[in-house]
Amino acid sequence: MSVELILFFACAILAVAGGVMLIFLREPIHSALSLILVMISLAVLYLLLGAEFIAAIQIIVYAGAIMVLFVFVIMLLNAGEEERTNFSRIAKFAGVPLGIFLTLELAWVIHGAIGKMLAAPSGAVSTRELSLLLFQTYVFPFEATSILILIAILGAVVLAKRDF
Amino acid sequence: MVPISYYLILSAILFGLGVLAFVFKRNIITIFMSIELMLNAVNLAFVAFSRMLGQLDGQVFVFFVIVVAAAEAAVGLAIIIQIARNRQTLNVERVNTLKL
Repeated sequence: MSVELILFFACAILAVAGGVMLIFLREPIHSALSLILVMISLAVLYLLLGAEFIAAIQIIVYAGAIMVLFVFVIMLLNAGEEERTNFSRIAKFAGVPLGIFLTLELAWVIHGAIGKMLAAPSGAVSTRELSLLLFQTYVFPFEATSILILIAILGAVVLAKRDF
Repeated sequence: MVPISYYLILSAILFGLGVLAFVFKRNIITIFMSIELMLNAVNLAFVAFSRMLGQLDGQVFVFFVIVVAAAEAAVGLAIIIQIARNRQTLNVERVNTLKL
């Protein structure tokens, strides 16, 4: 086993463990921390795939900004332990098998379609090429997302105002 | 070298976990976090495909997905704060009327 494979499996196990903990832990703050674990291990996987810029913004924007927003709201609302309510039996007896079936089916289709194809022997993917693509080919979507961010800021301010 | 299909299978597993969390959790904030988990799984698939095809377009799309997730988190959490303020609960089963 090569070092890359060992690193991949370590991060994959951490990510899946974080996802499982997100489901089974009942305090929202614990769920948020396990989601941060998933995001950081995904950032390591992006580094393995040669996407340094994406790995950096995964940590800065996702684990840094978005999750801090989540933790902040959890603490602001003083969200305690989740109540157990009587959820429907269909969810328990059909939902879990169907969810596992969906996952296995996706994995099977992917494995059948791609097989054991290795990565394309591309050169070092530099952030410079990514930025050229972003600011030349995709410049219109880039500007559109800046307007989207502006609208989101305005919407958040209007919605969170005290006297609504 | 790690085969690309391993990354895609991991992405499928994370997406399935996100769907399960979305269905099973009762806290509205945790449901929102499971959406983020699904978005992350899709991002992993994008980066893996971009590596497999040797093209960078997938990484640009990951960039856009992260921007949209940030916007969604800002607006969604503001809505959650309003819900918690108006109803004094975060349990989605108690938020079952459109008008108070």
